[in-house]
Amino acid sequence: MNAIEKQIQLEPNHRLVNIFTGMVIIVLLLWSISAFSLDNLTANGLTIAKNILLGLVNPDWNLLINFTTGGVPYLLVETMAIAFLGTIVGAFLAIPLAFLSASTIVPKPIAFIVRLLLILVRTIPAIVYGLMFIRVTGPGPFAGVLTMSLTSIGMLSKLYVDVIEDLDTKVLESMESIGCTTVEKIRFGIFPQLSAMFLSIVIYRFDMNLRDAAVLGLVGAGGIGAPLIFAMNAYKWSEVGSILIGLIVLILMVEYISNKIRTKHVRG
Amino acid sequence: MRMNPLPESKITLSNGKEVIVKRSNTPFILFAGLIFTYLSVRVTGFSLTIIFERMHQFFVILQNMIPPNWSYSSKLWDPLLDTIKMSLLGSILGAICALPLAILAASNITKNRFLTAVSKLVLSLLRTLPTLIVALVATFIFGLGTMAGTMAIFLFTIAYVGKLLYEQIENADMGAYEAMHSIGLSTMQSFRYAIFPQVLPNYLSTTLFCFEGNVRYASILGYVGAGGIGLLLNESLGWRNYANVGIILLLLACTVFIIEIISEHFRKKLM
Repeated sequence: MNAIEKQIQLEPNHRLVNIFTGMVIIVLLLWSISAFSLDNLTANGLTIAKNILLGLVNPDWNLLINFTTGGVPYLLVETMAIAFLGTIVGAFLAIPLAFLSASTIVPKPIAFIVRLLLILVRTIPAIVYGLMFIRVTGPGPFAGVLTMSLTSIGMLSKLYVDVIEDLDTKVLESMESIGCTTVEKIRFGIFPQLSAMFLSIVIYRFDMNLRDAAVLGLVGAGGIGAPLIFAMNAYKWSEVGSILIGLIVLILMVEYISNKIRTKHVRG
Repeated sequence: MRMNPLPESKITLSNGKEVIVKRSNTPFILFAGLIFTYLSVRVTGFSLTIIFERMHQFFVILQNMIPPNWSYSSKLWDPLLDTIKMSLLGSILGAICALPLAILAASNITKNRFLTAVSKLVLSLLRTLPTLIVALVATFIFGLGTMAGTMAIFLFTIAYVGKLLYEQIENADMGAYEAMHSIGLSTMQSFRYAIFPQVLPNYLSTTLFCFEGNVRYASILGYVGAGGIGLLLNESLGWRNYANVGIILLLLACTVFIIEIISEHFRKKLM
């Protein structure tokens, strides 16, 4: 028996575990297969699919290059403004919460309670917040901003916490050994580590918020969602096409730019 | 030399050497950020007075949710299971379909430039549209019900898992792959034995993570009529029956929490 064969025999036998996992997944798959049904397939479903595609290649150019408040460009700017402001507000409010839920900084029980609270905040879908905030501010983009802020807090503080807990404390120790004060330690030891990662997280979240902001219009919280659903319900496919094209272009652009900034930022 | 309006400052050390301190762009970025914030405030009509005057309304709604209407929970199990089924089916099928697409999109496995570019474009196009909007379109095509939701989740999973997977494949160690190629294995065989074992843990972990997120998304898909618990949520919110909303959200939170714990456990094992 040569060395290679010996090494192969040393490999632990996972066959039983693998078979078991496979079985579980297959059972789950079979159980969930009932979600797949073509019963409700509307008779004109295929026609609609064709119309949507036709709308995409043949969009309503008037709407697409109309710069008044009803046109696609303005709606996209509004969507972007909602996402931007929501991200900024959320990014600032999440910082204290993140520190409060970092088990390396505050006592474990407090961290646990804040964490639980954040999980609760995160589980409630954005749309529900949207509907609740509409009762506060009335329909419009402002409700969207508040919604985005709240959902961003939940997500951002979770991501912040990971960064805070991974903080390189060796730097702090070495700074202490050469006689730095607490303020100096925070300014030159902690701040540079956190700010870069936080900014990267915030930009990533902005990217996600943009998509959510586009959806919020469905409940009347401003942005491009409302015109989209109106156009669909009225079967105006070329309008649907122009809105979808605008949305796709905007999201692709923002994603490209944010990726560029983040890679530059993280790699220095 | 890059033109910089602010000159770089120099520090001369005691031994005569000069250390150049680079000017940071931070002031410009902050300034741009402030301008954007101001514009956004104008566009969205953000006003602190409204927040202070009417914020209690938000808490009134929250208070109405407590105590939740427990008797309503008996009606919730089926839609809740539907929600889980939708995300499970969509995630599994999506993850399976993402594999071939990711192989096609990975430039180190597929040598055809055109093919990789097209696959990457398809993946990013699929990812751009928010799931809820895809679900909305799907309800028009597949009719109301779980099928539309499954479709939306399926497409999102393909895009999400596909993108992360092709990045993994492109970053994989090519040594073993090239060695297998050189002794005459086909591209697919070498992929199966050299690259696949490297990316498998990450692939599974991404899929689990995506499934976790999908349960969350699936819960609201009913809002546009795509099946699951969102339908009841929409109904209760419409009727302003906040006690019902409370129990729905509570159940949802518990489900998501349980699924998150399970998935996190397995993801930790995979790492």
